[in-house]
Amino acid sequence: MKLTRRDFIKTNAAVAAATAAGVTLPGINKAEAAADGIRWDKGVCRYCGTGCGVLVGTRDGKVVASQGDPDAPVNKGLNCIKGYFLPKIMYGEDRLTKPLLRMKNGKFDKNGEFAPVSWDQAFDIMAEKFKAAINPEDPQATRVGMFGSGQWTIWEGYAAAKFFKAGLRSNNIDPNARHCMASAVGAFMRGFGIDEPMGCYDDLEHADVFVLWGANMAEMHPILWSRLTNTRLTKPGCEVHVLSTFEHRSFELADNGMIFTPQSDLAILNYIANYIIQNKAYNQDFIDKHVNFNATTTDIGYGLRDEHPLQKAAKNPNKGKFNKISFEEYAKAVSEYTLEKAVELSGVPAEQLERLAKAYADPKKKVSSYWTMGFNQHTRGVWVNGLLYNVHLLMGKISEPGNSPFSLTGQPSACGTAREVGTFAHRLPADLVVMNEKHRAFAAKTWKIPVEVIPPKPGFHAVLQHRMLKDGKLNAYWVQCTNNMQAAPNMNEEGYPGYRNEANFIVVSDPYPTVTATSADLILPTAMWMEKEGAYGNAERRTQFWRQQVDAPGEAKSDIWQVVEFSKRFQLKDVWSKDMIAKSGYSADKSLYEVLFANGQVNKFGLDQLQKGHNNSESKDFGFYLQKGIFEEYRMFNSAEGIPKKGHEMAEFEVYHNARGLRWPVIDGKETLWRFREGYDPHVKAGEGVKFYGKPDGKAAIIFAPYEPPAESPDKEYDLWLSTGRVLEHWHSGSMTRRVPELHRAYPSAQVYMHPDDAEARGLKRGDAIKISTRRGEVLTRVETRGRNKPPVGLVFMPWFDESQLTNKLTLDATDPLSKETDFKKCACKVVKA
Amino acid sequence: MSKAPKSSGGVNRRQFLADTAKAACGVGAVGLGISLYADDAKALPATALRPPGAGPESHFLSACVRCGLCVRDCPYDTLRLAKLGERVTVGTPYFVAREVPCEMCDDIPCVPACPTGALDHALTDINKARMGLAVLIDHETCLNFLGLRCDVCYRVCPVIDKAITLEQHANLRTGKHAMFIPVVHSEHCTGCGKCERSCVLEEAAIKVLPHRLAKGALGAHYRLGWEEKAKAGHELVPGIIDLPDRMPEVVR
Amino acid sequence: MSADTKKANRPGTEAITEKGWLSAHKWLLLRRLAQATFVLLFLIGPLTGFWIVKGNMASSLTLDILPLTDPFILIQSFVAGHVLEMTAMVGAAIVTIAYLLLGGRSYCSWACPINPITDLAHWLRQRLGIKGGMQISRQTRYWVMAMVLASSALTGAIAWELINPITILHRGIIFGVGLAWTVVLAIFLFDLFVSRRGWCSHLCPVGAFYSIIAIPSVLRVSAQNRAVCNDCMDCYAVCPEPHVISPALKGEAKNIGPVIQSPNCTNCGRCIDVCAPMVFTFTNRFNTKVSESPSRVMEAA
Repeated sequence: MKLTRRDFIKTNAAVAAATAAGVTLPGINKAEAAADGIRWDKGVCRYCGTGCGVLVGTRDGKVVASQGDPDAPVNKGLNCIKGYFLPKIMYGEDRLTKPLLRMKNGKFDKNGEFAPVSWDQAFDIMAEKFKAAINPEDPQATRVGMFGSGQWTIWEGYAAAKFFKAGLRSNNIDPNARHCMASAVGAFMRGFGIDEPMGCYDDLEHADVFVLWGANMAEMHPILWSRLTNTRLTKPGCEVHVLSTFEHRSFELADNGMIFTPQSDLAILNYIANYIIQNKAYNQDFIDKHVNFNATTTDIGYGLRDEHPLQKAAKNPNKGKFNKISFEEYAKAVSEYTLEKAVELSGVPAEQLERLAKAYADPKKKVSSYWTMGFNQHTRGVWVNGLLYNVHLLMGKISEPGNSPFSLTGQPSACGTAREVGTFAHRLPADLVVMNEKHRAFAAKTWKIPVEVIPPKPGFHAVLQHRMLKDGKLNAYWVQCTNNMQAAPNMNEEGYPGYRNEANFIVVSDPYPTVTATSADLILPTAMWMEKEGAYGNAERRTQFWRQQVDAPGEAKSDIWQVVEFSKRFQLKDVWSKDMIAKSGYSADKSLYEVLFANGQVNKFGLDQLQKGHNNSESKDFGFYLQKGIFEEYRMFNSAEGIPKKGHEMAEFEVYHNARGLRWPVIDGKETLWRFREGYDPHVKAGEGVKFYGKPDGKAAIIFAPYEPPAESPDKEYDLWLSTGRVLEHWHSGSMTRRVPELHRAYPSAQVYMHPDDAEARGLKRGDAIKISTRRGEVLTRVETRGRNKPPVGLVFMPWFDESQLTNKLTLDATDPLSKETDFKKCACKVVKA
Repeated sequence: MSKAPKSSGGVNRRQFLADTAKAACGVGAVGLGISLYADDAKALPATALRPPGAGPESHFLSACVRCGLCVRDCPYDTLRLAKLGERVTVGTPYFVAREVPCEMCDDIPCVPACPTGALDHALTDINKARMGLAVLIDHETCLNFLGLRCDVCYRVCPVIDKAITLEQHANLRTGKHAMFIPVVHSEHCTGCGKCERSCVLEEAAIKVLPHRLAKGALGAHYRLGWEEKAKAGHELVPGIIDLPDRMPEVVR
Repeated sequence: MSADTKKANRPGTEAITEKGWLSAHKWLLLRRLAQATFVLLFLIGPLTGFWIVKGNMASSLTLDILPLTDPFILIQSFVAGHVLEMTAMVGAAIVTIAYLLLGGRSYCSWACPINPITDLAHWLRQRLGIKGGMQISRQTRYWVMAMVLASSALTGAIAWELINPITILHRGIIFGVGLAWTVVLAIFLFDLFVSRRGWCSHLCPVGAFYSIIAIPSVLRVSAQNRAVCNDCMDCYAVCPEPHVISPALKGEAKNIGPVIQSPNCTNCGRCIDVCAPMVFTFTNRFNTKVSESPSRVMEAA
């Protein structure tokens, strides 16, 4: 007799043991040294957008322990395996502790070797190069730029954006969230006029049906996935639909798992809308009151360089305009997307698509849809985000518990920082934009500067920055808190030539010598995570704070210190025109530091307000409570009287230090879980029911967009689809997780996941060394035909965490023409034995 | 200079017998020692795993000539020959999963390399290899048993979803998370050791053990009723009746 | 004893004077070269990545085509109950045929890596003048061999490989030493202090096995010029199995041919090296010719 499964009946006993082991925890904000000499304080996980609460244990100036915060509402004491190793990310052997400048014979030389310099020397050369690229009288001739991060703390992003937009008069600042969330942002703004999800993680317990669109939550949002799984397990009738271009770990739970041909998600979503209309399942009352119908401009190109044939062939390149149409016109537009057409384009069996459509169309079922990079990294990312809103809006399944289209984020503060404080090339804090005169005026007034200082034209976005660097039109460039050489597309043709262009001076701030840092001219050693006071905003609008727990090693300084300190190097006459200086009433000799940071607002709070027992390196250096000052100035954008856009209200600084994170808008001491719905959202008045108040007419926009083909598809020579992405064990470019030995051991190097038939057709055995190539580059790696990802015939998947195999040599820098976000999920490649 | 060669006829009968007895006793004693040593050697340490295609240890030691050809053909340097002083029979090939696991090559190069068939040449499908059996030994430290989302062992498994599956249970402590309990299935586990190698704990909670240590055995007499019924497609004893229960009107 | 007399007493002194040093060490040098080659061939692969021979002396594969397997290990495996793959059988057959031609115990003196160790022990024993010790019957090795086979059959394991110093040393050099040096040291000390030529000529069952192959083997040493033997006894002094010499060298009276017939002869050729009158030579077992004329020797004298 063969016993085939071992039954673990002790499960509950183990849980009980864990509980017993984990319950004796100190209350938050009462950091106390326990018997073992460890001081515990609350913090936030450093990785993804889930925002797991952690408790951080320090002793003798070192983070020596960590635990999931058992009372954190998101994770209740749990962590994923990356979170389990959080303390180790700060203590890699190659932490940078001194500024490093490329030098020859004691002087800066673009082709020199990195040598340690003092901060003074570093800022001297940096200021020289930045000043040379700035023309105070002509902002068009200003060729400085910055690339920031959804991992910046809220105040870091705010300080950098202000420094560039209000100080250096350049909008050429963009965050890595451009690679990640820009399409979601675009769709939020077009559909609702205000950014970020209406729902929250509580939807995970309320929904009856879950649909994953291009999201592998099982690996990328492990803790949220365990909540979704629990609902699936415990709620009768609950079902999970998963759509992807290859089979991944989330299919394990799928009741309806669908592999579709890349790009055909556009057709599937229009089919679902068509199904809802054909079956008259739509919510007539909701549509009448809360929705208007539109059609977007089509044939918009692929966000490539203007001279690219595909751009020239497009009729309306980069056009995002949409026009009102009637419900009937909308119905006619989607009627083209029959089940047959959807099946033909997607390759998904008809009954599976129908099952999915029925789930959305069933008025009794609450549906939550989740997506991440499959939707956002898409040459029609804004469209496809919008098409999903269309489906939810047709059914009125939105803004209430369990009915939630929900854009997940991949960075800890893609929302809180990148999106909320104005780090995008076109944005100002709190959803304001530089193109809007009123918004500029409000920002200028708040910042106490002349409105003319803020350029009205959006600056270079992420992909454009690399193109401009290569073309020599961006000459002084600063990268903070991100590894963009490894992360950005087409590094062979754009990124690397741009960084190494003789005309350019590249500065990279990082704790570690990443691919980006080592491609730069000046590396600034940077404090990370618990080495500074910080704040992150997760995907459910939850803002979470932490205090500085330890000091950074050596001379490493936080990003915010670097920006604020560097601002001292500029006098107004270096950056502003004479007219502006005259209008401002400031002396031409005044430094940007004085104008931007020591402006009576940011420096309002004294050191006496710092928490006893915790260092605050930046505040001590500058002589005032920097983080509080910045946050309170930022609150003037989202919470003061007379702000141009409501809906982003936040609580006072100190409240966050005393709470486990609060979901904005925070009004009258209460969090908001579901926006736009009466009773949940304070901005919706009694009797209004639902109000999409981001739009002037209070109505959400259903915007029709058709299926259009991808920028590059497999052909005879490059005969496979290439999709890139992450794995659970490593976060993004691996600059932190690959320095944790256990995580490195668990997933040491990237490989190409391939269908066994595709491997056989190429004479490949599992584990063979292969060369994967596209029209842009090639990478040596190994082929994997087993394991966690099971691509269909004709598609390969390669993770990009491994700096020894730079996956982004392969990818195409085609972007969504509207959001400017790269499509990392589809290009054409070939694979041969190496 | 040494003594002159002994003349061949110089041994008398008594001395011959004495010599013979002496040699027989000495050799016999040594032989006993070797035999005990050989028997003892069959008790392979639990962490030492044999290459794919190796039979039970008792058979393997009769077949392996310790030539190392399997080691030479292992592309991942997984296999090594036991050195004198290690607890594995000297010269025989083995691997330690925690150090370098078997990568489960499609063409299993180590097996055809074996000249003696100590690695069974009939093994051509690596899925059928049984180098050991993964056992999730420690439920108290396994992070998934604690509710965390590690499941590294599961994801690195080359036979994922067959050899290791994740059984989902509700996490009663948090009330809203699921626990993903890794469960090993012996009919699919090849014992490659990837799970043990990649376990992130200081000491692996999942370990690959020899089958003799890893497996229990059901009594030969007992059958699992529900499985037998499913297999047969009907009740094994047909025609059993059930009388209706008397119930008060309201309940009915 | 002065250094000079000591030197003069050492076997082969006369041969060096007569033939020159190189000629008086010809076979010794060739043997050492062969022994080194047998190790180096296996080492080239792991050291350079260029594979000529893979495996070790138990079983090997040359140029990915030629299998060679030690027949004694194979027999143990067989009696232990294992049904062997063809590769190993072919390999063992090739080896057996080779030693049938070259002389069974050529294995001991030309291939075995233990031989230089025991030779060194013997050389040092002579130099230090260590005498006496344990007297072991030469027949013991056959008992050991029988015991090994019995033990293999009883335990179902290849018994001798658990302690075989030959493969432990050879494998150790190629795959990593471990504690292999302890075995080598033990044998060295045994041969040095306990028993003269104790291991190779009295105990080793592998040598015993190859002695059996040697019974019909072709390549032999012959005392072809025994007529000119000057009874200096140097050949006896250097011979690891001195009992094999007498019948051939002194067999004229008993009408025994000049070819050394004993299967214990290791074909080491040391007797050829040290013999100043050049009595010995390599030949085949069927060449029973004896040189009648001592003229050359006379001339030389």
